[in-house]
Amino acid sequence: MRIPVSWLRDHAQLPEDDAAPTADQIADAFVRAGLEVEAVHHLGPVTGPLVVGRVTEIEELAGFAKPIRYCLVDDGEPAPRGVVCGATNFAVGDLVVLARPGTVLPGGVTIGARTTYGRTSDGMICSAAELGLGDDHTGIIVLAADAAIPGASAVDVLGLDDAVIELAITPDRGYCLSARGLARELAVAFDVPYRDPALLEVPPAQAPSWPVHIEDDQGCRRFVVRQLSGLHPGAESPWWMRRRLYLAGMRPISLAVDVTNYVMLELGQPMHAFDAGKLDGDLVVRRATEGEKLITLDGVCRELDSDDIVICDASGPISLAAVMGGESTEVGPQTTNLLLEAANWNPASVARAARRHKLPSEAARRFERGVDPALAPAAAELAAALLTRHGGGVVLPGRTDVGTPPAPLSVVMPIDEPDRVAGRVYDRGVTVRRLSQIGCGVHEAGTHGTAMLTVVPPSWRPDLVQPADLVEEVLRLEGYDTIPSTLPPAPPGRGLSAAQRRRRMVSRALASAGYVEVQPSPFVSSSTWDAFGLPDDDPRRHTTRLINPLESDRDELATTLLPGLLEVLVRNVARGQRDVALYGMAPVVLPRHGGPAMPDVGVLARPSNAEVAALMAALPEQPLHVGTVLAGQWERRGWWGTGRPATWADAIQAGRLLGRAAGVELEVSAAHTPPWHSGRCGALQVDGHTVGHAGELHPAVVEALALPPRTCAMELDLDALPLTDKRPAPLVSPYPPVLQDIALVVDAAVPVAELTATLRRGAGELLEDVRLFDVYTGDQIGPGKRSLAFALRFRAPDRTLTVAEATAARDAAVAAAATTHGATLRS
Amino acid sequence: MSGSTASYDPKQVAVLSPEALTQAVEDAEKAFAAATDLDQLAAAKPAHLGDRSPLLIARREIGALPPKARSDAGKRLNASRTAVQAAFDQRRAQLQAERDANTLRAEAVDVTLPWDRVPTGARHPISTLCERIADVFIAMGYEVAEGPELEAEWFNFDALNFPKDHPARTMQDSFYVAPEGSGMVLRTHTSPVQVRALLERQLPVYVVCPGRTFRTDALDATHTPVFHQVEGLAVDKGITMAHLKGTLDAFARAMFGQTSRTRLRPSFFPFTEPSAEVDVWFPERKGGAGWVEWGGCGMVNPNVLRACGVDTAIYSGFAFGMGIERTLQFRNGITDMRDMVEGDVRFTCAFGLEA
Repeated sequence: MRIPVSWLRDHAQLPEDDAAPTADQIADAFVRAGLEVEAVHHLGPVTGPLVVGRVTEIEELAGFAKPIRYCLVDDGEPAPRGVVCGATNFAVGDLVVLARPGTVLPGGVTIGARTTYGRTSDGMICSAAELGLGDDHTGIIVLAADAAIPGASAVDVLGLDDAVIELAITPDRGYCLSARGLARELAVAFDVPYRDPALLEVPPAQAPSWPVHIEDDQGCRRFVVRQLSGLHPGAESPWWMRRRLYLAGMRPISLAVDVTNYVMLELGQPMHAFDAGKLDGDLVVRRATEGEKLITLDGVCRELDSDDIVICDASGPISLAAVMGGESTEVGPQTTNLLLEAANWNPASVARAARRHKLPSEAARRFERGVDPALAPAAAELAAALLTRHGGGVVLPGRTDVGTPPAPLSVVMPIDEPDRVAGRVYDRGVTVRRLSQIGCGVHEAGTHGTAMLTVVPPSWRPDLVQPADLVEEVLRLEGYDTIPSTLPPAPPGRGLSAAQRRRRMVSRALASAGYVEVQPSPFVSSSTWDAFGLPDDDPRRHTTRLINPLESDRDELATTLLPGLLEVLVRNVARGQRDVALYGMAPVVLPRHGGPAMPDVGVLARPSNAEVAALMAALPEQPLHVGTVLAGQWERRGWWGTGRPATWADAIQAGRLLGRAAGVELEVSAAHTPPWHSGRCGALQVDGHTVGHAGELHPAVVEALALPPRTCAMELDLDALPLTDKRPAPLVSPYPPVLQDIALVVDAAVPVAELTATLRRGAGELLEDVRLFDVYTGDQIGPGKRSLAFALRFRAPDRTLTVAEATAARDAAVAAAATTHGATLRS
Repeated sequence: MSGSTASYDPKQVAVLSPEALTQAVEDAEKAFAAATDLDQLAAAKPAHLGDRSPLLIARREIGALPPKARSDAGKRLNASRTAVQAAFDQRRAQLQAERDANTLRAEAVDVTLPWDRVPTGARHPISTLCERIADVFIAMGYEVAEGPELEAEWFNFDALNFPKDHPARTMQDSFYVAPEGSGMVLRTHTSPVQVRALLERQLPVYVVCPGRTFRTDALDATHTPVFHQVEGLAVDKGITMAHLKGTLDAFARAMFGQTSRTRLRPSFFPFTEPSAEVDVWFPERKGGAGWVEWGGCGMVNPNVLRACGVDTAIYSGFAFGMGIERTLQFRNGITDMRDMVEGDVRFTCAFGLEA
């Protein structure tokens, strides 16, 4: 909402002259009252001789590509001034704005005498845009005939010392989408008298003006009609009105349109003017029927919805109520008879219709926030008066006023409710005074204990429905800065949960190990699944889709972190990084197959436990995943020697490390899962359940996504790991160990993890640790075999172990390996 | 060895004369001093401290002395032996020190050589700031509450007093989930966690919730569709707006320093009434000192408490929500939002393990 300060001054009697508050002070007052000021636009500045002039002679210059006029302008000096002008919207005798040579216009343009189109132009006739009063370059400003005498300063006439305040109005303050509402706030803020522009003398209706039938009284609460006839067709709006519309950010169009817009800005009541000559019979307000169509003022043919409220005549729908009028009854240049509509509509239905038809019009914006239902007759009266004053014609007697505006409600609250909420004591009378100031009727009752207030909010404040709403009014007008600052007495908390602590631990462990944390995007394109080589039935293709994605091809919510992580990897490589190791932690969204629909749950009381459970069950699962991607060298080349590329083993180690940070020893087994290399992918498991995968990516994936060669990755479902708490302490034996090394020859296909487990099992409890320290393949052991060398450490908990005991245990381990895996001891 | 009863032979016992002993000590000292390393010293040792050394030979002759002279000679001899041993020890210590010094000198390295053999990791500053904020509130007795990112509209809107067709719903530029009418939305704020916390927990409830949120703003220097908020909620008997102010002041001081100040401006959110925007005073703001909008807050709207089954006659509460990216921007002087989103390792590594 943009409003000139001068307009506000019409209604709020702010101090004048030296005591007058500046535009910035007014803006500050709005901010304190809870209205968000987006900008203060100061008009001008214009310096130099900008004066009012009267056009005394016009000579059309021929031979140019566009119409050019050479005008003589009386600017109060003895001889008229010759000025070249490209506009044609004025006639001899009109008062115009003349910039004499030496005038500096907004933006720093200095006007001088110059030769153009073969004539000397001794100044310039100004358009509104040139003076910073709007964006209309199509014509020059024509002032009212009695605006001033030629030679008078135009700065005062145009109000170029004015400023426009631009406000963002929150949805609860629909009344502030008008000069009426904003001036009221300002008057309260400065504690000055306020004149309500809606307090017009509205003559009593002698008879209905035009028959109107409200068939849908839910959608339409009030419908007021006045009729005008004999308007001068093509009458133009006066300069002052056009100026205000300009400054409010609207385009002047025609007198009828301008007046309805002006009344909307002035009072907050959106209006519509029908060409009465084009109306066919009684007006009916009803829901549209499926299949009905309406061509709206913007020329678009709209398919109506059975939820739309329409105004109809005998021909069918002629207006989409509260949103946009129809073309068939549009006021045109020939219109002489007008029907003015000032109605009040149900905010929710307007909001739905505006959204459905994607028509966020100025009218809809006001109606969906709630328009004062008491305004309609005053608005119709003001519009009729402006139209007849500037367009001739007469207002026909009679006024239609049908419908049932909502009855005013009353709110009862203890008089000290504001004190209780604010945590301070307000002076006696403050609450009643503040509520009265904003237009409430306040009745105080009860002498025993705390007095109770019965408050009737004004008709323009549909947002005031409960004590909390009234409390806010008192607190904001008294100033939030008068509320003290104290801390609440919070009870002792339990600190982070085990899962929260684990999340921190895992993140720190990965960062400490050399991974850089990034935030993978949750939005994925389905083409990624093809690049990943996922089969059609892969669960990762079963995604949740967005209706309104920012990028149309990225409309799926990630079921894995890898696409997002690889995207960041590629970005870093593109920016010149070669060795990149990244990790990310975020939930993924896993829709349930045929999951239950979202239940319809009310808000008037706590939902039942079953309802809460149903809400939760309708949501997809969203486990927290951790992923890493790495490419390039893991160990860098340096003065110590060569580097070592990042490999599948580093990726799997990231998984192990993560498990360790989470207090879980992960088992690894071979897996064949895209997008990983089918021979270099490990499943990460806990108690036999796969919780993630790690390894090198499939070469086809690397190629499809243009990744660095041999990019590796790990991803794991952190929520699938069991939480460990209070781990038991180990028994630490003080006795010396016995160390023994063995080398076993086995089939190359035997996984080390399995062989190691067998050794452990075979060796029994005396085996404290077993560690693989060498892998050999080659001629000495034959093809298809591997020699695996293990260091075994034996120790007894309660005595010094003898070599014989250790050897017996070792032999048992070797025997188990021989039985289970066909291993032979390498001599 | 000669028997002690053997007759006194002055020629034999000349080796025990003071002169001879002094000479032996001097010879030993000279020989030890002449050794330039420990090997030479070791080589010189037998001649002066070994079985065949003059002092050992002299000792054998003590018995040849008349009983009266033995005591004196014994003392002289011991003194000489001690002197020779001391000379040896001293020289050895000296030579050891020299050897050690040489070794250390020879083994000296350039300790300024880099050892960036394994990569350096880092945590995202948004993550560490989320933890820091959680810690500030945990220290005040709060707990960290959580909720899903893909959320039921009932939690994101309905229960938070956003009426179905109210313009406030469209204020938030939601990502909606297919099919139309699914009743799900990517949460536009962390406020649904308020509702979850009130439904799941016993009163009083003091929770804070840092988390990821989503709005349909295209990524540019000042907007990102995926961002983070921290929600705070306190519902207890007698909670007032003064408590809200005190909590925000404490929060601002923890984030921006002890001299930090906050200001509340009246505003509108469906789930709070009264509502306010929180501004923070920045003395070193770009373009001059001034108030900068930090987040929204207010007293929990009784409609929200009712939807969560909280008795509004007994309990009241406050809630607030701040943008984490915004907070990080103010704290660490980040001018472009994209730096926090794109994942350039040069940006993140600058923060190490703690922003």
